[in-house]
Amino acid sequence: MLRWASHSLIFLLAAPILLGTLIASLPAFGYFPPLGSSEFSLEAWRDLFEVPGLTRSVLVSLISGILTPLISLALVFLYLASATESKLDLWIRRLVSPLLSFPHAAAAFGLAFLIAPSGLLSRIISPELTGWERPPDILIVNDTWGLFLLFGLIVKEVPFLLLMSLAALPQLQPRHRIEVARTLGYRATIAWLKVIAPSLYPLVRLPVIAVIVFASATVDVALILGPALPPTLSVRVLSWFNDPDLNLRFLAAAGSLLQLGVSLLAVAIWLVLEKFFSLLWQFWLSTGNRETGESLAFALGRSAMPIVLLVIAGSLLALLINAFAGPWRYPSALPSSWTIQHWANSLSDLSIPFFNTVLISVSSTLLALIVVVATLESERQSGKGRSTAMWLLYLPLLIPQLVFLFGIIVLTEFAGWQANLSLVIVGHLLFVLPYVFLSLYEAYRQLDPRWTQVASTLGASPLKSFWQIRIPLLLAPCLTSVAIGMAISISLFLPTQLLGAGRITTITTEAVALTSGASRNLISVWAIVQLSLPIVGFMMALFIPKFVWRNRSGMMDTR
Amino acid sequence: MSNSVLELNDVSISLGGKQLLEIDCRVGPGEILTVMGPSGSGKSSLLAYIAGFLAPAFESSGSVLVNGDDICSLAAERRRIGLLFQDPLLFPHLSVAGNLRFAMPRNAQHKSQAISDGLNDIGLAGFDNRDPGTLSGGQASRVALLRLLLCAPNAVLLDEPFSKLDTQLSEEIRTLVFDKLRASGLPTILVTHDKADAEQAGGEIRTLL
Repeated sequence: MLRWASHSLIFLLAAPILLGTLIASLPAFGYFPPLGSSEFSLEAWRDLFEVPGLTRSVLVSLISGILTPLISLALVFLYLASATESKLDLWIRRLVSPLLSFPHAAAAFGLAFLIAPSGLLSRIISPELTGWERPPDILIVNDTWGLFLLFGLIVKEVPFLLLMSLAALPQLQPRHRIEVARTLGYRATIAWLKVIAPSLYPLVRLPVIAVIVFASATVDVALILGPALPPTLSVRVLSWFNDPDLNLRFLAAAGSLLQLGVSLLAVAIWLVLEKFFSLLWQFWLSTGNRETGESLAFALGRSAMPIVLLVIAGSLLALLINAFAGPWRYPSALPSSWTIQHWANSLSDLSIPFFNTVLISVSSTLLALIVVVATLESERQSGKGRSTAMWLLYLPLLIPQLVFLFGIIVLTEFAGWQANLSLVIVGHLLFVLPYVFLSLYEAYRQLDPRWTQVASTLGASPLKSFWQIRIPLLLAPCLTSVAIGMAISISLFLPTQLLGAGRITTITTEAVALTSGASRNLISVWAIVQLSLPIVGFMMALFIPKFVWRNRSGMMDTR
Repeated sequence: MSNSVLELNDVSISLGGKQLLEIDCRVGPGEILTVMGPSGSGKSSLLAYIAGFLAPAFESSGSVLVNGDDICSLAAERRRIGLLFQDPLLFPHLSVAGNLRFAMPRNAQHKSQAISDGLNDIGLAGFDNRDPGTLSGGQASRVALLRLLLCAPNAVLLDEPFSKLDTQLSEEIRTLVFDKLRASGLPTILVTHDKADAEQAGGEIRTLL
């Protein structure tokens, strides 16, 4: 039973994703019986390459796919190189995981409302600094080259890469290494970049590649912040897919394969960049230079992270003001009056998506938790480490969502299944599983094996010691991974949109749908609801163990 | 009174083809056999082997008999071998009584009464609902001993259970543990590198190399 669970984890993740990717390619070559086409042809590809502005769409996707990880990783490494044990740094480290739980869509809306020509920032500095009495007629958000999209992605990915780096750092014993380098005359920042960075990079390589794939293929962030004429490749593929003209399905299939190609190309370019940087580092290390560039690296590192945090805080503020704003004439920094009218208006529309969001995130996360705990438990009992390749867990993050989800849709259409709630839940499970596994793996592995040994010398069966000893001892980490899983599920746009065929609405799909045409006030209300849900989850993960174990002082340090 | 006998017949444990230890002995009711040896001599592996959780990487041969029955094929929880570790390892999420109740056989009669009596017996009367995290080192060791006894084992293993206590306390706990085990008639194997432990145990001493 347990062994079965262990294999099922891999099966659950790998099969739909690989199969989906494979099947997505069939309609691209003209084979799609549900639409009455069972002959292979290259027509879809001919159509695809005649689409106007395709080169621009591909380029924008490619550029954000490469520059997002490059700039984000540079900022994170420079920050870590210049980090000290100061209050600010401790504070930043504590903020990282809550920041990570901000849904992409809500963060993107906030950013847009902060920086748009008529946004909060421009209002604060106008008219005193700029002389603007009306919003300037410049395209900042949705600029044609996707620079603002790039900016938004960097703000969102920096906390992710920072968290991954912080998790990997302790095993490198950075303090010790830095001390050695400093006794050899290296300044602290340079020492970090020379002796820590080269060993840290391999440890965060998979997350970096996940960032490349996400940035080159994102749909929801690109819909909100990306260029409009033409949009990024991923957004265009989705619009072809949703087009009432079913013949565009073939075009969408070819487009999704092209998307896979673009993401893979971005990864390939990254691998070349890796080689380049590795040579550069080797040269830099061999120069024996100990001080040059220290102040620049230090200044960049010290300022980057507070700026990212300020931008995120500003985005949140912009959402809050917009959600409660009454009439708000342009150059005024604040609305002339406040109102809860936007909330009152949205209340009835919110209820069904809210219910769906909670239902989908709770069920997919609990399913994931059961599979993950069963896997970890079977590994513990069999006494074997992870034999199955860990990288399979990253599969849902390494293949563009659009591609394999598209294949899964094709599969369900072959099978004649209707889009329904359970399909959406299974789709969410694919994305929730890796995060629940990665967050619980360490805690489970680090639990002192003697607890189980004591229990068994006292005559407790494996089942009894599982339920009465290990689960209670791991309550806190389990709840944290549930909160993370729910945050991931809540933020998902594409799986809900595609697998639910647009009929199953969540807070996220509705919020993204508001992009075209709804007022900022209304969008802000939805974005705030969207980002409050994960916060509620994290609060519960924090306070439930505190309450349950309020009379158990020993439960504070077994985590 | 238990009156059990624990026998190790030609037990040999090796790791990666290299033999760690070899032992053959008989421990009668209420007797305490002391096994001494430097760290790395395989003392802990011996206890893990008898208790039933030797890591699969180790190879072992020989047999462990309790009252003449070979227990080697039984799962750890079926062997009825009690084990005291260096740390008391009271489950931090259960109360003192909860820890004791966890150990008692399912069909035991009058559990709450037995728990109160047991606590009274080790000088901790009224500690039933205490949080184990609030106990002193000596109190926790006593509860761990009581937990082991309430489980009604057939034999007991002691893995340097006094090494983390300060001298005076370890003296006191050692006396209590040895007295209780002798009084219960349990065959006991003590693993230690402390001469004082071996002397007070008063039984046969084996030294591993």
